[in-house]
Amino acid sequence: MAPTSMAQALNAALRDAIAEDERVVVFGEDVGKLGGVFRITDGLQDAFGEDRCFDTPLAESGIAGFAVGMAMAGFRPVVEMQFDAFAFPAFEQVVSHVAKMRNRTRGAVALPMVIRIPFAGGIGGVEHHCDSSEAYYAHTPGLKVVTPSGAADAYSLLREAIEDPDPVVFLEPKKLYWSKEDVELPVTTEPIGRAAIRRRGRDATLIAYGPSVPLAMESAAAAAEEGWDVQVVDVRSLVPFDDETVTAAVRETGRCVVVQEAQGFAGVAAEIAARVQERCFHSLSAPVLRVSGFDVPYPPPKLEHSHLPNVDRVLDALARLQWDDQPDVKWLDAREGAA
Amino acid sequence: MEVSTVEWLPSSSPVQLPDPNHPAPEPSRLLAAYRAMVVGRRFDAQATTLTKQGRLAVYPSSRGQEACQVGAALSIGAQDWLFPTYRDSVALVTRGIDPVEVLTLLRGDWHCGYDVPSTRTAPQCTPLATQTLHAVGLAHGEARKGRDTVALALIGDGATSEGDFHEALNFAAVFRAPVVFLVQNNGYAISVPLAKQSVAPSLAHKGIGYGVRSEQVDGNDAAAVLSVLDTAVAHARSGGGPFLVEAHTYRMEAHTNADDAGRYRSPDEVEQWRQRDPIDRQERQLRESGHLDDTAVEQIAAEAEEFAVQVRSRMQAEPSTDPADLFRHVYAEPTPQLTEQLAQLRAEQEAL
Ligand SMILES: Cc1ncc(C[n+]2csc(CCOP(=O)(O)OP(=O)(O)O)c2C)c(N)n1
Repeated sequence: MAPTSMAQALNAALRDAIAEDERVVVFGEDVGKLGGVFRITDGLQDAFGEDRCFDTPLAESGIAGFAVGMAMAGFRPVVEMQFDAFAFPAFEQVVSHVAKMRNRTRGAVALPMVIRIPFAGGIGGVEHHCDSSEAYYAHTPGLKVVTPSGAADAYSLLREAIEDPDPVVFLEPKKLYWSKEDVELPVTTEPIGRAAIRRRGRDATLIAYGPSVPLAMESAAAAAEEGWDVQVVDVRSLVPFDDETVTAAVRETGRCVVVQEAQGFAGVAAEIAARVQERCFHSLSAPVLRVSGFDVPYPPPKLEHSHLPNVDRVLDALARLQWDDQPDVKWLDAREGAA
Repeated sequence: MEVSTVEWLPSSSPVQLPDPNHPAPEPSRLLAAYRAMVVGRRFDAQATTLTKQGRLAVYPSSRGQEACQVGAALSIGAQDWLFPTYRDSVALVTRGIDPVEVLTLLRGDWHCGYDVPSTRTAPQCTPLATQTLHAVGLAHGEARKGRDTVALALIGDGATSEGDFHEALNFAAVFRAPVVFLVQNNGYAISVPLAKQSVAPSLAHKGIGYGVRSEQVDGNDAAAVLSVLDTAVAHARSGGGPFLVEAHTYRMEAHTNADDAGRYRSPDEVEQWRQRDPIDRQERQLRESGHLDDTAVEQIAAEAEEFAVQVRSRMQAEPSTDPADLFRHVYAEPTPQLTEQLAQLRAEQEAL
């Protein structure tokens, strides 16, 4: 077992996939000589040549549309979008073509391709470098959407995404690129479509994904000091979503908080909260709460700490889980304020 | 690679035949093009009629653009790929695709009715210019597999303003992909005339800035269209890289049957283009050169009529649809959520 960063694990996954499958091609902006701005493709061009890892002109729609054509010709493109917000020019290709080709051709044309996107914040990035874009993709039928929270999962999920017969949007929480985990590569973790229990607990269940998983773990540790035994679920695969594991984990505790870094309105946490409430109502001792970023454009570096969910915000939500069977004062106050 | 921008610039006016740089196609091909144009126009008219009968949701006619439609289909081989738009049904029919399968999209029983891999024809594309990038990626992929496939991407004049067209030209040039872009400049993007779309000297000139060899052609002269496309396809196939062709033509009908072209263009203008009708012109030329006579013209017209009769009768049958298809091809395997939703739909239908 060696301490391995998520960036190293992703690099190893690409390396192994290129070596094992001649159909795999990696391309995007600066992925060649430079190895990508986050160095995820470091050394791939040297090792495998320009045919297997190459720079494209600087045009994201071009990258996505070109990948569609290469997939139609039998390749397995793994494209890199440089940053979340810079994947937006490719949005039309992703939504109108990548996601729909299998459907409109009744299964005759599949597009096995991976769109890797460094996403979310917490790195002190300036404008347009910290967006959380998962809800846009998760809302689009035909795409699979996964996000790892550690090195082992990063390796395993990326290998699986490349082998997947469907297009996968692979969201890499950039603040976790350099966090390390003891892992022996290659490694196989739970498949796409499965969530994982990261910590067992009996009192409440925190549901998180990608960049919020370490926060959920930290919060669970802090909650333990307050006397709450908190369970943590790492969703891993936003689409397909693992209702089975998530609902079982909530039924075990009867209380649930969903944590996401993204702005909250119409977000993935809202979807998860709704699903949990629909499926677990009779096991719930309190309403399902959400902890998220605020509904504001991603803030400048000196303000991001006020926006991003932190341990206190999670503990506050845990505290509001009606442990004393009383209604949540937060909403009571709001009602009285309105009156 | 040495690129002479002068050589790669389009001619100052659209190529018409005879032209010293563009050999006339063989009479047999011209005759085949004539036949396909006549059949294509009859098919097009039949499709418009089917909208009136409620058999098609909508139909974008290519009447007047037959030389481009047929030229596109006849300039590439069965091993090549075609990337058509919503307006290119006549090109697909000319390519030999079952006309009823072509009309499936517009009839509304599925988004694409023909088999894409075996016809080597991409689904007709509605989001403007997006298909041009697929053509480039496919052409590059085929070239890397050592095949001499050419991808032909069709696009309208308005769509040349879209970013994807420019990204496609640039990608194609940088990767030297064997792609031919055929712009059918039919004067309008729905109601917006070319003058409001672009003030470039020609749309063909848009290629040169990207290092893409370009040409413009009289798009109502089938012989010229074929000849220029032959050059373009040969250039791409032999490793010369992409080629952009702008064909000047005119959309005789409204944008679709749902559009009212009288709001944005004059009957005079339409009448002027009627004088340049591509089928009349081709017929005249073939008669003059002795390759066509009254008997052949009548025979081809009868063939076209028979084609339309077949389409009409086959389109009278109500297509069968299966609501379970909604869930079948979203992913290779349905997600648990889709499996649940299919069960819900089944229950709803059983309750009926
Ligand atoms: C991205 C996008 N924007 C808008 C439309 C709506 N639309 C459909 S056809 C059309 C006009 C296109 O004109 P042109 O490219 O000249 O082709 P033509 O229809 O004349 O063949 C428009 C605006 C669309 N299909 N896709």
